[in-house]
Amino acid sequence: MAFYIARRLFWTLIVVAAVIGITFVVFYVLPAGDPALRFAGKNPTPVELELIRHRLGLDQAWYIQFLKFIKTFFTGDQYGWPGLGYTFSGQTSVLQLIIARAPRTLLLIAGSSVIWLVSGVSIGIISAVKRRSVTDRAAMGFALFGISAPVFWLGLMGLYIFWRQLGWSAGTGYVSPTDSVSGFLSHMWLPWVTLAMLYAAFYARMTRNNLLETLGEDYIRTARAKGLSERRVIFKHALRASLTPIVTMFGLDIALLVGGAVITESVFNLQGLGYLAINGALTQDLPTVLGVVLLAAVAVALMNLLVDIVYAFLDPRVRYA
Amino acid sequence: MGTDERRLLDVRGLTVRFPTTDGVVQAVSNVSYSLSRGETLGVVGESGSGKSVSNLAIMGLLNRNRTEISGEVDFLGRDLLTLPPSELQKIRGKDIAMVFQDPFACLHPMYRVGDQIIEAVLAHSHVSKSAARARAVELLDHVGIPNAKSRARDFPHQFSGGMRQRAMIAMALVHNPAILICDEPTTALDVTVQAQIIELIEEVKREFDIGVILVTHDLGVIAETANSVMVMYAGRIMEYGPADQIFGQPQHPYTWGLLDSMPTIERRLAALVPIEGSPPSLLNPPSGCPFHPRCPYAFAPCPVDPPPPLKNPVADSHLDACHLPWEKKLDLGGKRSIARLGDAA
Repeated sequence: MAFYIARRLFWTLIVVAAVIGITFVVFYVLPAGDPALRFAGKNPTPVELELIRHRLGLDQAWYIQFLKFIKTFFTGDQYGWPGLGYTFSGQTSVLQLIIARAPRTLLLIAGSSVIWLVSGVSIGIISAVKRRSVTDRAAMGFALFGISAPVFWLGLMGLYIFWRQLGWSAGTGYVSPTDSVSGFLSHMWLPWVTLAMLYAAFYARMTRNNLLETLGEDYIRTARAKGLSERRVIFKHALRASLTPIVTMFGLDIALLVGGAVITESVFNLQGLGYLAINGALTQDLPTVLGVVLLAAVAVALMNLLVDIVYAFLDPRVRYA
Repeated sequence: MGTDERRLLDVRGLTVRFPTTDGVVQAVSNVSYSLSRGETLGVVGESGSGKSVSNLAIMGLLNRNRTEISGEVDFLGRDLLTLPPSELQKIRGKDIAMVFQDPFACLHPMYRVGDQIIEAVLAHSHVSKSAARARAVELLDHVGIPNAKSRARDFPHQFSGGMRQRAMIAMALVHNPAILICDEPTTALDVTVQAQIIELIEEVKREFDIGVILVTHDLGVIAETANSVMVMYAGRIMEYGPADQIFGQPQHPYTWGLLDSMPTIERRLAALVPIEGSPPSLLNPPSGCPFHPRCPYAFAPCPVDPPPPLKNPVADSHLDACHLPWEKKLDLGGKRSIARLGDAA
């Protein structure tokens, strides 16, 4: 197991390096404009432009920049380790920027994931147990709605109804829980629910399908033949088998959102990591983009590993060597 | 077939229908039989003949919302078909236990074998966990699992197929049931293991004086162990009687077909006569006798009239449902007489 984890961690490094490399290539192969031009002010002279390029390191070949980035990452910069360099615009530390923005995204994901996991799985169980009932049809209708409705539309509708009309939500923006817990909650519950809708719908469907499939298994018939109560058959025997794949999906979904909750962040003006990435991309601020991409890639790779390890504990048939 | 005080089960007119969107599937039609202590009832038939479904109906393991079950299943004076689900649950696994076909799929892959048996113990008795564990280990040992105590902590995938089936049997025996239903218990196993499992079931039957319903499509197994035999086709009983009579003087063309297509040590492959065609759709069964399209002896009434009720003009123990005249059955059946396949093979 230890060897397995070491091997996986090694590959994680390779994958993350590849993702960073690809980001570099994309940045240089598909330039949206010259970054130096953005920071040079009006009517720059060629000499000024050259100076700026030199200061930003843009006069070097992309692979040199790439290697420098890798080197800084491991050796650190004046803000410590890992060194992520400085933004083109303003020369602030990318690491500091990420540390400042990450809590917003992580708290958005944390609250939302609890909501979607609990509601999605519960709805799925009820749906499967009461299959073909009115409850089941209603739940699956909700699931279809959750999957079809675009997040930005859901978010705007939510804001209109719960902020403007009912006043139940404190609206857009972010309040840190260290400043005010009630302010934090009144701002966050709506983005949590909005982001959770899509996932809750997916999880409800998946739980229902997995559970129905498991309930058709021979070992469920054995459990019933033993004279176990239907409750025990479903909660001890069927759920155990049908929730294992959901654990996998849950881990990956959380990891993907680290860099991917952009729309929710934008609608609710949370200015988290997604906002940072989008802003960086729009202003050709390569170091910012790289920082967020790096974090997202590490999150996905590590979560993948974690999910695989957890899986071995959940399913005794799975053993790694 | 036995005296009344040893009688365990009386099934009368059992009919199972599955309404589907394409129509009604009549899986079991008007099936009647009985089982006594110490008896092994062999149920034979091809896939889809209704042999498994009739047992699941007895156990109450069919979804009541999606099946129509009628008839009477008298178990020690109680009609299992009219019992509320909660009462049936108390009987399942306690008085009537079941062993299924595929031991690879029948044990929960994520729970330890011992824990699954402990769960069966605790389902019907309020004993301590350690007492339940002791019982589980005792039974695993009894059915021939070596190092039962440590093997009880294994997961099913660490067991071989034969061991899993032994564990299933151990699980079925925890409450000394009156009836053990074995649904194709050897079909998924290696030939050498098959014999061991059949032997184990027979031992268990003698030791605990229970009734066994043994469903299989292996006539050899039936010949070795069954006291009485029920031959099923398309959800109907074709022939039903004491095993020695079924093999000594088979009366139904379908039974003849099964016997002719069964390889034995003496019979070379070329001498095997398969039954042409395949079992009919139960959604849209043939008119008259369901076997007539495949029956080499079919004549005028067969495609028109449903099979006659189970009958025998001479004895009331060995019955069949065929239109053929009695003399012809005697003549054709006598040619197939196999004193007892178990002895021959």
